Amino acid sequence: MRLLRLVLTRATFYAAAAIFAALFAIPLVWLLFAPFDARANLAVRLPHPFTLANFGKVFANAFAVRALFQNSIIQAGGAMLLVTLLATLAAYALSRSPIRGKDLLSYGLVLFSSIVTGTAAMVPLFLLIYSLGLIDTQLGVILVFTGGLLPAAIFIMRDFVDSIPRSYEESALVAGASAWGMFKDIALPIVRPGMMVVAVWTFVNVWGGFFVPFILLRSPSNMPASVAIYSFYTEGGTPIITLTTAYSLLYTLPVLALYLFVNWRYGFRFFGGIKS
Amino acid sequence: MARVVFDHVSKHFGAVRAVDDVSFDIEDGEFICLLGPSGCGKTTTLRLMAGLEQPTSGRIAVDDRDVTFAKPKERDVGMVFQDYALFPHMTIAENIAYPLKVRGAPAKDRAARTADVAQSLGIDHLLERRPGQISGGQQQRTSVARAVVHKPKVFLFDEPLSNLDAKLRVEARSFLKHLQVELGVTALYVTHDQAEAMALADRIAVMEGGRVVQMGPPLEVYRKPATTFVANFLGNPPMNLVPVKLRLDGGRARLQAAGLDVAVDPGRASRFRDGADLTLGVRPEHLRLVPDAGEATFTGSVYTVEPLGPETLITCTVDGQLVTARLFGDEPPELGDTAHFRIDEHHLELFDDAGVRVER
Repeated sequence: MRLLRLVLTRATFYAAAAIFAALFAIPLVWLLFAPFDARANLAVRLPHPFTLANFGKVFANAFAVRALFQNSIIQAGGAMLLVTLLATLAAYALSRSPIRGKDLLSYGLVLFSSIVTGTAAMVPLFLLIYSLGLIDTQLGVILVFTGGLLPAAIFIMRDFVDSIPRSYEESALVAGASAWGMFKDIALPIVRPGMMVVAVWTFVNVWGGFFVPFILLRSPSNMPASVAIYSFYTEGGTPIITLTTAYSLLYTLPVLALYLFVNWRYGFRFFGGIKS
Repeated sequence: MARVVFDHVSKHFGAVRAVDDVSFDIEDGEFICLLGPSGCGKTTTLRLMAGLEQPTSGRIAVDDRDVTFAKPKERDVGMVFQDYALFPHMTIAENIAYPLKVRGAPAKDRAARTADVAQSLGIDHLLERRPGQISGGQQQRTSVARAVVHKPKVFLFDEPLSNLDAKLRVEARSFLKHLQVELGVTALYVTHDQAEAMALADRIAVMEGGRVVQMGPPLEVYRKPATTFVANFLGNPPMNLVPVKLRLDGGRARLQAAGLDVAVDPGRASRFRDGADLTLGVRPEHLRLVPDAGEATFTGSVYTVEPLGPETLITCTVDGQLVTARLFGDEPPELGDTAHFRIDEHHLELFDDAGVRVER
């Protein structure tokens, strides 16, 4: 009786867990199978007949290839470098300077950047970028994303910077380091895991961003992959599943590679500070 | 090696006077302890010396060179921090070599010098490890190694022993003393532990409220505390301080309180009037147990008895006042007994109503 109850409890637990897991896994499995299926539809099934022809067609689309392997990389990579660099310096300054109300400032920035976003901010952003003469440039897209992501990035970085004891820096100064030397030798290496978190997070955000490049860019040669994916739709506006999935699979690979690289090289940690 | 001068140095943080008109000289090769309770300004004084703070007024000089506003790197000091502040992402070897690295020493010299210092401090087997992988005592030695590796002119310590456990602390204390003598480096050492200061210093500067209230060799400060504050801060247990009234009777002077009556040289009390409120100070080791009331200077009932091995601490209440005696070898009285003590006059210190010591 007891055994039966145990088995039943376990069985129920695993069944429930399996259902939840399936909810998340099925779309991913579909994304893995459909690109290799000559007659893919919305059903999840083993590719039959198996084919690589879908990828052939995708690579034949020069516009989409350029969007994915050039424009998206430039935009996401550019914003990643800019956000990581600026957030680190800003967080360091905010953490170490005696500015009054600096906490209010960073909370305020995060609040506004999360409320005033996307569609609501798009009209003024468009006007701003227009008057800067940056419409239809990659730089315009990079700057808009950088501005939008910086507050949260600074917020994340501050947690890491705040966790460095002041005495580390002071001991570097007394040892004879210059201010820049202290920052480079001590502060930077210690906050590097935080920089990696911010870098990957920024990259993913820009990589998946559709609205900003869609509004700010005009020429097809500047479009990133998130926009270019619509070139695999029919003129009637329905996706060609074989091609969109093949393109989507390629679209996920750089992010996956970046994540794996950072995880292997630095490891992810969301709470800064190295306990000595 | 260097001579250090603090000339009327003050440091204010807003309305707070962390360091208030501090002046002292440190001779070449001298070991000075800044001693005081937390918030007395001793750490700020040290940071002024290191260049981590800049004084509001006054002047600091090393070897006659004005360094008042010099950056830390221009001062040629080595500093051991309370939390050691070892860089967690560097190995022990990299930590020790850091001052040499920022000075642009060639890698070969760096390695040689690091190995040298590490060996003399007994941490040469740890060079490849990281700070997180070694013990507190080893971290402390690493921190010392990093501070001496570039042969600084002045050696600064910010409570370097406070993070060690009691046994290790005594060991590290003698080690530091030995090292300082061996290197002959001028040292400024901050501590709130009076025993540490007594053991290490050539001279102690006792600080209170941002000021140096007394500076002198350990035994002098111990024997002739300038104020009741110093008397109370040095020694464990500290000096007994008992409020007394001065009675001038003809040519004789007596100090009296409930349960206490002692004659003093009238010369010592000459500047006070009859009935003046004074404070009597006596070290616990200078209270002698006597068998009967006739010889006694004061009498109290025994409040606690603490046998510590070589000595026994007896605390008595005398009219609500606690007085502690340190007895060696005597058969100690028991709890609740009435004990008679005698104080020899030459062991007795007097403080006026402002708490300042009365010179003999």
